[in-house]
Amino acid sequence: MASDISRLRITEKDGVTRVDFVDRDILDEANIRQIGSELLRHVESKPSPKMLLCFRNVEHLSSAALGTLITLHSTVKKKSGQLRMSDIRPQIFEVFVITKLNKLFTVDETAEQALTRFSA
Amino acid sequence: MNASPTNSPGDSRHEVLREQRTDIERVQEQVSGLLADAGYDDAARFAIRLAMEEALVNAFRHGNRGESGREVMLEWSITPDLAEFIVQDEGEGFDPEAVPDPTLDENLEIPSGRGIMLMRAYMHEVEYLPPGNRIRLRYMRGRKAGA
Repeated sequence: MASDISRLRITEKDGVTRVDFVDRDILDEANIRQIGSELLRHVESKPSPKMLLCFRNVEHLSSAALGTLITLHSTVKKKSGQLRMSDIRPQIFEVFVITKLNKLFTVDETAEQALTRFSA
Repeated sequence: MNASPTNSPGDSRHEVLREQRTDIERVQEQVSGLLADAGYDDAARFAIRLAMEEALVNAFRHGNRGESGREVMLEWSITPDLAEFIVQDEGEGFDPEAVPDPTLDENLEIPSGRGIMLMRAYMHEVEYLPPGNRIRLRYMRGRKAGA
């Protein structure tokens, strides 16, 4: 069951919102809804959002979590913002490849690399 | 505890799931342990966990329409060579072929409809059984999965 405690660690630096997932598993629908709402709030509060999602802690995610990422991507795109993802384990990246979401999402190997690749 | 196990010989079992998250996590833990004991590696356990998650969530969310009081039945049989799971909900069943291919360029930005394709990608066999509210998943150890 979702709680009021954030499932995300969010930091802002040089105009980029970096988001680290706290949970190893992003499976529970209530938690996924909570994560989605929190991410969308951040994106919608900025005129041209730049966001990095760091998956370093994530070991499992479901198709419902993929849906939330797609909605976030669409929202960022509509605002002419930038969304990058990093530190995705090979098993999770394979899920992106199978679903062809690797064509939709911009993925970098590490957060450090991603942070240098946001355009001004 | 909400899931009701009925043991039978070997690693075959029948469970009734009533509380979506609690019971899914409970059976996932049980199955993961049995798979490890039977020699399934990390990649196999990842594949089976993901496919079971999708099948069970679909059963609760779409089959049972999230209605409390409705149950999801799970049967499994795990041997060193084959892991088989049957998930049944209380819905009327559906036609999986009616779900649009989410990997087509025009569907990539649709946020739903990827559960079935993930099950098919990660398991060796995925079969919907009449009237469409039962799904059988099979993983053959040592054989490469993928649709």
